Amino acid sequence: MLLKEVIYLMQKDFVLEWRQKYAFNGMLLYVGSTVFICYLSFSLRFGGLEVPVWNALYWIILLFTAVNAISKGFAQESRGRLLYYYSVVSPQGVILAKMIYNAALMLVLSLLCFAFYTVVIGNPVQDVGMFLLTIVLGAIGFASSLTMISGIAAKAANTGTLMAVLSFPVMVPMLLMLMKMSKNAIDGLDPSVSLDEALTLLAINMIVVTVSYILFPYLWRS
Amino acid sequence: MKLTWWKWLTVALLLYTVVGGMLSDVPRLAILNETIRNLFFHVPMWFGMILILLVSVVYSIKYLRNPLSRNDIIANEAAKVGILFGVLGIVTGMEWARFTWGEFWSNDPKQNASAIGLLIYFAYLILRGSFQDHQQRARISAVYNIFAFAALIPLLFILPRLTDSLHPGNGGNPGFNAYDMDSSLRAVFYPAVLGWTLLGIWVVHLRSRLEVLKQRFYENA
Repeated sequence: MLLKEVIYLMQKDFVLEWRQKYAFNGMLLYVGSTVFICYLSFSLRFGGLEVPVWNALYWIILLFTAVNAISKGFAQESRGRLLYYYSVVSPQGVILAKMIYNAALMLVLSLLCFAFYTVVIGNPVQDVGMFLLTIVLGAIGFASSLTMISGIAAKAANTGTLMAVLSFPVMVPMLLMLMKMSKNAIDGLDPSVSLDEALTLLAINMIVVTVSYILFPYLWRS
Repeated sequence: MKLTWWKWLTVALLLYTVVGGMLSDVPRLAILNETIRNLFFHVPMWFGMILILLVSVVYSIKYLRNPLSRNDIIANEAAKVGILFGVLGIVTGMEWARFTWGEFWSNDPKQNASAIGLLIYFAYLILRGSFQDHQQRARISAVYNIFAFAALIPLLFILPRLTDSLHPGNGGNPGFNAYDMDSSLRAVFYPAVLGWTLLGIWVVHLRSRLEVLKQRFYENA
């Protein structure tokens, strides 16, 4: 029952996204222009980036993209439509569907960001497989924690500021783990070195998903 | 003024902490020297903060199960007192770090973690401020409080242990662990933790009583 709901709601989100392509294109342009601005502000003067700077910059671009992309998840739903969902589906279905959808969205955005970043700024990554795994974990992590926060922020008056203020401290542990893991991948270290970080990331993700699953019904009620 | 037994206990414990903490004999350790007395004032702040924030989260959970405005008030006041303890903990820690590590802020994982923890609760206060409706404010901030606390736990307890820290007891630094903390330190340290935490609970108690009375006053006015 829940599974059917989740699949159905996800389909709805994908269809909506496909119909309003301007929103998705807007995000692509956001990623693209941010990367280009970074290129202009760093590379012209120094000719190439140091590896730690490359790594930090990549994740910071992704962080801001994620906050922007996911914050519209709940804000774009009209009041009437939310009321309609409320009477038809369970809140757990809504939050799970949104999380999975946002994870897919983040995955696409971060892969495109990586590709564009490679073209414009250069690619020092030695272990691409590991780096891609980091991106997948990062996309899931960003999506799961930001979905809940966007639900909270959408209820309040100044959604934009609140989204950033509420989400940054929550995401810091995740971001630190991701940066460390991707640094290992860039340096081409053995995958076993990153095992600790990967497990911690998975654990944080599980905590966040479970807590959101339990708490979302209370948020939904208002 | 009516004082129950635990309030007398708080006063007694804190008097003991201040007098004992300043005057008792402490072990002479290299670098630390007399600054080891900060153990009685800095470390209990963190114990107190965690316990009082735990109170806040418990009352947030209580509010979600049973939406009484009293539960919300206690959760809010406890969060504020928790922030006060956190700020005091950071200030006492920075002052101490200036003389033992050489800098106010030395990018230590525990320092960073505590700063981020404080950011979470400042965000909680901002979130509370951005609602007009009382019930909505109470419920949504309770949801954020629980969510943020669940995200804070791995931060405070797991991350510093994964990386090297300048703090005693982490990454091979000499610390106040089993073999270093001798009985004269313990004799003051444990009462200090209890005393400061009780003081925090006292403040929460007073402030939430005041808030409840204020609300009742405005409802009847």
